[in-house]
Formats: sequence, C-alpha cells, structure tokens
Amino acid sequence: MSRMGAEALTVPPAPSSPKAAPEGAAGAIDVSAKRIRREHLGQLLKSWSFRIGGAVLLFWIVCAIFGQAISPYGPLDQNLLLVNAGPSGAHWFGTDSLGRDVLSRVIVGSRDILVIAPIATLLGTALGAAVGLVQGYFGGVVDNLVGRVVEAVLALPVIIVAFLFVVAAGPSTSTLIIVIGVVFALLISRTVRTAVLQERELDYVAAARLRDESSVHIMFVEILPNVLGPIVVEFTVRLGYAIFTVATLSFLGFGVQPPTPDWGADIAANSGYLAAGYWWETLFPALAIASLVVAVNLVSDSIEAVVNQ
Amino acid sequence: MARYVVKRLALALLTLFLLSIIIFFAGQILPGNPGRAILGPFAAQSAVRALDHQLGLDRPLVVQYWSWIWDALHGNLGTSYEYRAPVSSFLVPALGRSLKLAVVAFVIVVPLGILGGVVAALKRGKMIDRVITVTGLSLSTVPEFVSGIVLIVLLAIVTKVLPVTADAPPGSSFPTQLRYLILPAIPLVFILFGYIARMARAGTIEALDSDYARTAVLKGLPRRVVIWRHILRNSLLPTITVIATQTGYLIGGLVVVEDLFNYPGLGRLIFTAATDKDFPMLEAGVLVIGVVYLAATLIADIVYTVLNPRIRLGGSDQ
Amino acid sequence: MTLAAPPPTGNAVETDSALEVSHLDVCFSVRGTDRQVLRDVSFEIGRQESFGLVGESGCGKSTTALAITRYLARNGRVAGGFISVNGQDVGSLSSEGLRRLRARTISMVYQEPGRALNPSIRVGRQLAEVYEISGVAKREAMDRAEKALGTVQISDPGRVMRAYPHQLSGGMLQRVIIAMALAAEPSLLILDEPTTALDATVEAEVLELVASLRQEFRTSVLFISHNLAVIAKMCDRVGVMYAGEIVEQGPAREIFDQPRHPYTVGLLRCVPRRGHRKDHGRLDTIPGFLPAPGTTETGCIFVARCVIATERCRLEAPPMYEVNASRMSRCHYFERAPELPRTTPEEVAEQSTGQSFEHFAEPVMRLRGVSKTFGSHGEKVRALVGVDLDLYRGETLGLVGESGCGKTTLARVLMGLTPADEGSVIEMDNEPVAPTVSRRTREHLRAMQIVFQNPDSALNRRHSVRRIIGRNLTKLTGLPRAKREERLLEIVRSVRLEERHLPLRPAQLSGGLKQRVAIARAFAGSPKVLVCDEPTSALDVSVQAAILNLLADMQSREHITFVFISHDLGVVRYLSDRIAVLYLGRVVEYGGAETVFSGTHHPYTEALLSAVPTLDGTKRDRIRLTGDIPSPANPPSGCVFHTRCPRRLASGICESAAPALLEVEDGHMMRCHIPLAQLRQAQNEESPGGPTAPGPTGASCVDAG
Repeated sequence: MSRMGAEALTVPPAPSSPKAAPEGAAGAIDVSAKRIRREHLGQLLKSWSFRIGGAVLLFWIVCAIFGQAISPYGPLDQNLLLVNAGPSGAHWFGTDSLGRDVLSRVIVGSRDILVIAPIATLLGTALGAAVGLVQGYFGGVVDNLVGRVVEAVLALPVIIVAFLFVVAAGPSTSTLIIVIGVVFALLISRTVRTAVLQERELDYVAAARLRDESSVHIMFVEILPNVLGPIVVEFTVRLGYAIFTVATLSFLGFGVQPPTPDWGADIAANSGYLAAGYWWETLFPALAIASLVVAVNLVSDSIEAVVNQ
Repeated sequence: MARYVVKRLALALLTLFLLSIIIFFAGQILPGNPGRAILGPFAAQSAVRALDHQLGLDRPLVVQYWSWIWDALHGNLGTSYEYRAPVSSFLVPALGRSLKLAVVAFVIVVPLGILGGVVAALKRGKMIDRVITVTGLSLSTVPEFVSGIVLIVLLAIVTKVLPVTADAPPGSSFPTQLRYLILPAIPLVFILFGYIARMARAGTIEALDSDYARTAVLKGLPRRVVIWRHILRNSLLPTITVIATQTGYLIGGLVVVEDLFNYPGLGRLIFTAATDKDFPMLEAGVLVIGVVYLAATLIADIVYTVLNPRIRLGGSDQ
Repeated sequence: MTLAAPPPTGNAVETDSALEVSHLDVCFSVRGTDRQVLRDVSFEIGRQESFGLVGESGCGKSTTALAITRYLARNGRVAGGFISVNGQDVGSLSSEGLRRLRARTISMVYQEPGRALNPSIRVGRQLAEVYEISGVAKREAMDRAEKALGTVQISDPGRVMRAYPHQLSGGMLQRVIIAMALAAEPSLLILDEPTTALDATVEAEVLELVASLRQEFRTSVLFISHNLAVIAKMCDRVGVMYAGEIVEQGPAREIFDQPRHPYTVGLLRCVPRRGHRKDHGRLDTIPGFLPAPGTTETGCIFVARCVIATERCRLEAPPMYEVNASRMSRCHYFERAPELPRTTPEEVAEQSTGQSFEHFAEPVMRLRGVSKTFGSHGEKVRALVGVDLDLYRGETLGLVGESGCGKTTLARVLMGLTPADEGSVIEMDNEPVAPTVSRRTREHLRAMQIVFQNPDSALNRRHSVRRIIGRNLTKLTGLPRAKREERLLEIVRSVRLEERHLPLRPAQLSGGLKQRVAIARAFAGSPKVLVCDEPTSALDVSVQAAILNLLADMQSREHITFVFISHDLGVVRYLSDRIAVLYLGRVVEYGGAETVFSGTHHPYTEALLSAVPTLDGTKRDRIRLTGDIPSPANPPSGCVFHTRCPRRLASGICESAAPALLEVEDGHMMRCHIPLAQLRQAQNEESPGGPTAPGPTGASCVDAG
C-alpha cells in the first residue's frame, strides 16, 4: 500500500485565502447586511455609468443651488443692443431675442426643474407605495376598483393627463408637483401592488396573522420593508421621467412661466428663431435637459443593476 | 379562449366608460365659462347666460354627460366653441395625419428595436451590448422636443438634408410626404427604441437562460436553430404587449412633436383646444386618444393569446 | 495502488470507458473573485455501467454533469483536469465538435421536466428534432418520434405528440424527455435528479423505465441524486460528494453496507431506517454545517464536522486512499470510519408512552366532516372531503399522501388560514373553533401554531431573530417585559440556538438554523397543537435528523400534539403515533402508526409503501400504481382510487359506490370495499416476508420540489 504515491498524485488543494471566512465553524453564514451594503456601494462607485451620471447630476445640483452666484450675468438682465447674438467670448452661449445671456439662463434654469421633479417624485412614491400596499394586501374589490380607475387614467399619455390638470388648476409650482405626484403615484402603485401580491403569499404573512397582528401592522411593518427594493428603483427611474415631464410641460407652456429662466420654456420661446439660424438660443437649453435626464437615468440604471443582481 | 377575449373586451369597455366619465368631469372643472369665452369679455351677462342655455350647459351634469356620451356613440362629437363647426370635421383629418406620422415612426422603430434588443442579448456583457443598452436608455429619456431641436439644428439648419416642417406642400407625391415626415418621426423613434430594445433584450436573455434553451443546446441543435426556433419564439411574445402599450407614450409624444414641427395632427389639435378652452374639441380629442390606446392594447392582448399556447389551449397546468 | 490517472489523451482513442473525469477543478467567478466549487473530482464510467453521484445540495453534483456537457453557467470555468467522453477530450473540442458530441454521444435528463421543454412548441416537434439533427427527413422524424413515445410506455403517443408541454403531467413529460435523450442512442446518459420533482408512485414508474431502457439501449449512465436509496437502487458504483469533492467511491452495495468515510457513515445514520421510531431513540446527526461554496481548507474538507478528526486532518488534505481494489476513500483514517462514535446520544431523555394512546381520553382537537371546496372559473375543486380526525394530547398525527392530496390544505384549514366549508366542525377541548384566523379567540390562536415547509418564506427576511421570536411572545403570551426576555432566552436555548444568533437576520443563518428559529417562534406561545407542514423537506438529510430530534424532544418535554405532514414515509413513521393517509382530499386509512405501516394496508397505502426505494436494496415492488392522480376538480366515480387501484374488485362496486371510512379492526379505519381478511390474504401472499416485512425504510431523503 503506497500512501506516498497517493499523495504525490493528488492535486494539492488551493492555498486557503485569508479572506475566506470560517463560515462553517461559525454556523452563521457571513453575509451580514452591512457587508452586502458595502459591497453594493463599492460596485456602484466602480461602475462608469454611475460615476459619469453622478458627476453631471452633481454639477446641475450645484447650479441649482448657487446658480445666481455663479452665472456671469443676471438671467433676467436684458441687453437690447445685443439681441440674438451668437456665441462669443463675452457671451459663451450667445444671447436670446431679448438680449439675455443664454449661459446664465441655462445655469439658473436648472433650479425649478430640480425642485419640482424630486419633490413630485417623492410624493408620487410615497402615495403610490401606500396605494399599492393596500391594493395588493387586501386584493378583491378594493384592488379591482382602484385598478380600474388607474387603468382608465393611464389609458391617456402622462403628458396629456398632466396638462389637462394644469389647464384646470392654472400653472404653478405646487400644481405641477401635485399633478406629477398623483399621476406617478398611479404608475408606482402598479409596481408596488405586483410586489406586494408576491409577498402576501409568503408564509411570514400567515405567521403574522396567526399571532393576531392588525392589517396595518402586516402591511407597514412586515411587508413594506421587503418591497423597499422595488420602491427605491421606482423612485430613481421615475425621477428621470419627472424631469422629462416637467421640461415637456414647460415647453408646452403649462409649466414654469416666463420670464423665470427655465430650459423648456426658453426652448419654446426661442424655437421660432431656429429657422432664422439662431440655433444657440434653443440648442444649449436642449443640451442641458438632455444631459440632466441622461445623467439621472445612468444613475438609476446602475442602482437598479446593483439592487436586482 | 373565446371566453378570454370576451372578458378582455368587456374590461376594455368598462375602462373606456370610466375614462369617459373622468374626461367629462375633468372638462367641468376647467376654469372659465364657455359662453363668456365664446362671446368675449364685453358681452352682456344675459347673452352669456342665453348662450349657455343654448349649449345646454345649465342642465344637471349627469344629463349633460349622458347626452354627450349618447351623441358620441352616434358619431356626433359635438360642436367646437372656437370654430363653430362639428368637432369631427377637424378631428378626423387630424387623426389621419397623426396616424401617418405614427406609422412612419413604428415602421422604423419596431424592427430596429427588436434587432437591437436581440443582438444585445446574444452579445450579453460585451461592448456592443453596453453600447446598445446605454444608447437606448439615453435616447428614450430625452424629451422629444429636446432631441427634435438638436435634430433640426443638425439636419435641417446646418446640413439642410431634410425640411424643417413636417407637413408637405399640398399635392406632394408619396415619397415627398415621407421625406417631410422622417425628421419629426425620429424623436418618436428615439423614445420608443429604448423601450422596445430593452424588453426584447430582457425577454431574449430570459429565454437564453431557460431550462428549455439548455435542452435545445444539449440536444446538439446548431446555434442558429436554437435561436430562431427555440429562443425568439418565446422571447418576442412579451415584446408585442410592450409595443402596444407604447402607443400611449407615442400619442403623448405626438403632442410635443406636432407642436414643435407645426404639424396639424391630433396632438396639436388637443393642445390648441386646451389653450383655447375649446371643451368639446378637447374632450373629444382626449376620448379618441383613449379609444386608440385601449384598442391597441386589446389587439396586442388578443395577438398574444393567439400566439401563446399556454393561454390558447389552457389544459392541466402542471 | 492509487487512483489511476492516465495522461490526457489528445484525440479519440477507442477506450473501455464511456466517461472519464480526471482531477477536475471548476471555479465560478462571483463578484470578481474565483470560488472553487469542484476540487480534484475523478471518476470513470465503464461501458454499460451505471455510476451514481450522491450528495447534499450544493456539493457539486450538477456542476459535474454540466461540466461534462460543457454547459457551465456563464461565470463558471474548468480550472484544471480533463474530461473525456468515449476517448474524446471534451475541453479541446471545437464548437462544431462539441455540438456533434451533444447530438450523438451524450444525452441528459433534467430535474424539472416541466421547464425542460419549450412551452410554445408541440412535444412531437421537439422530439422529432433530435432525429432531424442526424439527417432524417421531417416526415420520418415524426414517425420515429411517435414510435419512441411507445418505447417509453406512453399509451397514446398520438395525443402526446400533438400536446404542448403544459398539457402533460410531470411524469409524462419526464418520459418524453427520456425518449428524447435516448433518441440518438447515446453512449452516455446523464440523469440529473430525474425524479426529485415527481411523486413517489410516479418516481417508482420512471425509475423502472430507466432501468429497463438502460438494458435495452446498452447505455452507460451517470445518475445524480440526493436520494441515497434511489442511487442504491439504480447504480452499480457510486461516488459520494461533499463540498465539491468526491470523498468516497466504490461499488454501491459495499459503500452503503460498509461506508469508509465519516461523512458517508454520518449520512447513512441520519436517515430514519427500518421502522425506527422516536421512542426507540434519537437519530444520529452530523454536527456543524456545510462549508460555504468556495471555502478553501488546508486540511480535510470535512474536518470541521468530523468526530474522529485529528491535528493531521486539519493540516494535511487527505488523498484518495485505496480501501481495496475497487474502493477509494478520502480519509486519513478510513479504517476507523465504520466505528465512528455517535454525536447524538441515542437514549430518549423522557420515555414517552409510544403506542399506548388511550381511546377513552378526550381528544384535544376533533375534526368532523371538514371539507374545503375551491371554486375557480365556475369549476368546483373539492380539496378536502369530509375529513374526520381526532388529535390526542402529546401524540403525533402523521398526514401522508401524494402532492395534491390535500395535506397542506388540511393544515391551512386547521390554522384558519383557509376557511373550511360551511358545516365543517373543528373543536378544541369540546369548544368550537372559528373557521378563520381573524375570528378566532386569542386563546385559540395561542393554542395552535405552525411550522412551515420553507423557512425562507416563513421568516420575515427584514426582521432579526430576536424580533421574530419576541413578537410572538408579546402578542401571544401577555407576559410582562422582563419575563418575556427570560422566556425568549429559554426558548432560544431549547431549540439549541445561541444568544449570538439573536441580532442576526434570517439570510445570515443556514437552512437548519432558520428552521430552528421557526420552531422557536411556534413554541413561543406554548401551543397545545403544533402543525408541522413538511418541516424538513427543504433541508438536507444531515440537518433533517437534528430537526426531527429537536421536535421529538420538545414533544416529550411539553406534551404537545403534533400534526406532522410529510411525503417522506420514513420521516413520518419516525415521529408519528397515528397516521392518516389522504387521497384526493379523503382520508382513506387512519390508525396507529404501526398498524398502518406494518399491518394490513389500504391498497393505496400499500402502493405508497411499495414505491419507496430502500437502502438495503430489498425488492418490495409488490404493487405498482400506473397513471396520474386524477384531478380533484373531476374525481372518478365510486371509490376515487379505483382508476389506479391494482386490487380493484371485479364486481364493479368500486366503480359505482363510494366506500365509507369504517373501523375494520380496533382503532384502524379504512375506506375500501375489499374486506380486511381478503386484503390481508392478498398482501401476505405476495410478500414473502409476511406482514411485518414491508416496513418503510424511509430512505428518501430530502425533497427539493
């Protein structure tokens, strides 16, 4: 019996890596929530789309907060001697039909959209999560009723629903927030409902009922923490849509009203001059909107990728 | 299956009924008195009241709703306050023009989106996948008027490849009309490409990772056969539904694109009606949009059912 | 000598082995780091030989199969060693060569037949495809496919050809897949848990089919299963896998009779066998936990759980020692393995009074005429039909039956999670219990608790262990805060959890620990009745034994009544005092555990017992059921079992009249037209060992389905 031979032929096991935790011995598998969170964050920071998107988003947030201070001219200052002037050293992005500095208006124009969109999305997410929870948990008649109404409203494009309501209530910041928030709540409630329907079938909900918990407790203490993932993803995705919607409503004249600097409104005001060749008055605000929505979506997409993996 | 279709149809009608109520009552809370709006600020209060009576606006809301919906069912969508003419005489040609634009956009985007999504899925994790995914995502999130502006600057003003407006001169030939429609269709294509490609990619990846795909590969089938016969058949089915729901977004996009390109379609009609407070026009236009959307999703659902043996045949579901 | 490791051969050479796996290492890259999941796996399958790979979940059995077909997940790769099929090196094949290998030489049968076929293509087309690959014309391929369905004993091939997968049952689909796998007459057939998703009676049929076809087609077989008894029945030789390594291999008979690795020894002892019951003593267990996948150890992979491990085992990885000419063991001390000391003392702390249930004692719970009808699409599905049962204090009632028989529905009805039909009577201590949870009194809620099958579903993954158990204490006991904390620690210790587990979330615990948390929660309110719905079927065998011991201990200490549901007859027999056998929502047999298992059985019970493969290899295939369980929406006339009953009476009464549940002997109820004497005679005639022989050996381990 040649043990030596046996050992010689055996492939030596790989050297134990120092990182391998002694999981078996501990009995508990070492996937602590903290470690996962740290890993997620590390992965996020490593992804290029998150870095680029984050940087651009940060830039616009700075502009929104300190816009007045860093813009070279006042966004409302008119220079009637210099209307429709092309980009130059003094006016990098040129001036518009009233002789206002386009660069300054682009910088300050980030403010309203970055106030309205996040608040509206937050409102929509909170409202939508609550409606979705109730719908998914109770099911039956409540679910059917709410579901039908949601379906009916969503048969119309979001933009049309929004502008119908803005026309009714008159354009103002709070109208925009409420309208977008409510419409988004309908959209978000559908996602949350689906997630809740799945959770509701799990036995921990049955276990809670077996110890006489109230419906409110089951919905908000037992189920809600388990559907936070999809809710967070909804929030980030909808934030992009909210910016899209605010900009579009402003462009259509139902959003931020002139002369307040706003990208969408400025594009609408100056698009008539495009044919005359004054492209800078619309192109730069357009690029600003594009960069902001793409940035938000790059960020939300990388968050979604990490949450869903 | 017949039962399913009937049930689905009934649900669509119920939704439409709810929608008509919502639209009607939304129209009621719009501020401004129609009679006043039509006659102008200097007309006498009595004249306004007389006109309101003539328009039937002093009747109870339920009665008004009922007569509105009853007329609508008989093809009478009301009379425009603004133009003093039947709404349908504006609505029908506008709808036709919008459909033309929508069809051009769909014809471009559906094959492109599906191709993009499938290619991205087959090359998952590779460079081309990243490029398609990120481009699609970015394009689908930029508002139509933004991409429209950039396109106008690039294609119509700087290079002058395409005309700035969308409406071809009257009496133009079909190719010329098409040439005018391409530029306004591109922003719509951009938006839809991302969605369709994303769904097609997700569906294809799910099919690629499925157990039946493994069975097909381990049977020794050539890759080509696995993809065409086993993967695409299952992966593109859900995409049909997505394409249908996209008609909703598309119509929303039409409002913006038609406004930007000054194209007298349904979107522009509704937009003008809203700014002018021309309720009959607005309500009818919005209702038509709802009908188009519900019809599109209904058709998609039925097509999905016909193509999916699990629903078509039912049977013991193991 | 030692393991024969021939040098990698370049191209196809005529060899005697159908498959040769040599020093195979496989890694998966997870978040950028490589985790080794297979380590130095070597085995050979000779021509027409059947080789089994057995092991618990996550040990690398399926990965081995997928590596052989070169179909590893996208993040997996072969890091070392080689695989050769028919002398062809699989790793060096071109993609066309690989496709040809898959088309002609290797075939595979999968665990979940319902998902292995394309849902949108007719079954016939999918089967015919295999013939088309080898150049057969479409028309002829269809003809051959239909013939092939006949080979796998499908009685109406024409209908099956035209069906879509969702229209066929699991057993039928698995036959189709077997036909598909054999179509190309491969030299190697890989079966990856082919019967795990199937019911016992269907499993028996499929196994029989595979065994007979193997002879007919002269194919070599690689059979993968977690079920020791299935492997024992189907394989000539066997390799036992643990954490990515083969720890022992050799002829199946020898390995199961005389295991030479501490893991194999432990595994075999974990399984309740040969009528072993809770009052005979506790099961032995394997201490500790499976190492997480990808863990690397300097020494023996099993060292942390091995009772006879020494310093040497910690430092030096054991090679494959040759036990004799045909056997190998990866243990430094393989000679000592058979004498492995027990890790759990056998003696029962408190002797409970096994068989002596008293008839005159008042039952804790009484069920009379409990029915449950589900209505869907205007169709009435009768999931439970007039169930009468009594539960006695400190006793276990075992509920057995195939999937869909109503076991779980009965559990949910008892708990009030699903309301019983109008007219059903559920009483506790002679007081009626409300049909739904929301209308039950606090006292009734406290008195009845449940342990669910899947702890991942039963425990809120966002709550800590302390919160999960503590909340039940708060809501059910009404103890003051200080007392609650005390009681919490007491419960936690009684299920052998530790205080350091309290702040953890379920995801941080292993499967066995999670189930302990669920048990602790159920015990928090000191219930009178505890329903256990397949509490061990999501767990591995080595963990199952510890949970069964725990349940038995807690019962004998607190005299709780258990309703124990399981498809595993060995497990049920170990824990139960009485047994109720369910078929299509009806109790067909009810009585003391030993009466039901060892006495004269109902034909259905008899068939269930016959279907279970045994570890000792004794043949008990006395009666066999054919066909599928009828749909409860459309039950057969007369006796609902008559469509599958092998002992059906010729008089036709079984088809026309439903038998009543009658007491056929003292404390033994049966729902059958056949007189007891006649049944007894029939069962004794065919069973050579007499009435006591056919005890279930409960060799079935864990059901993944």
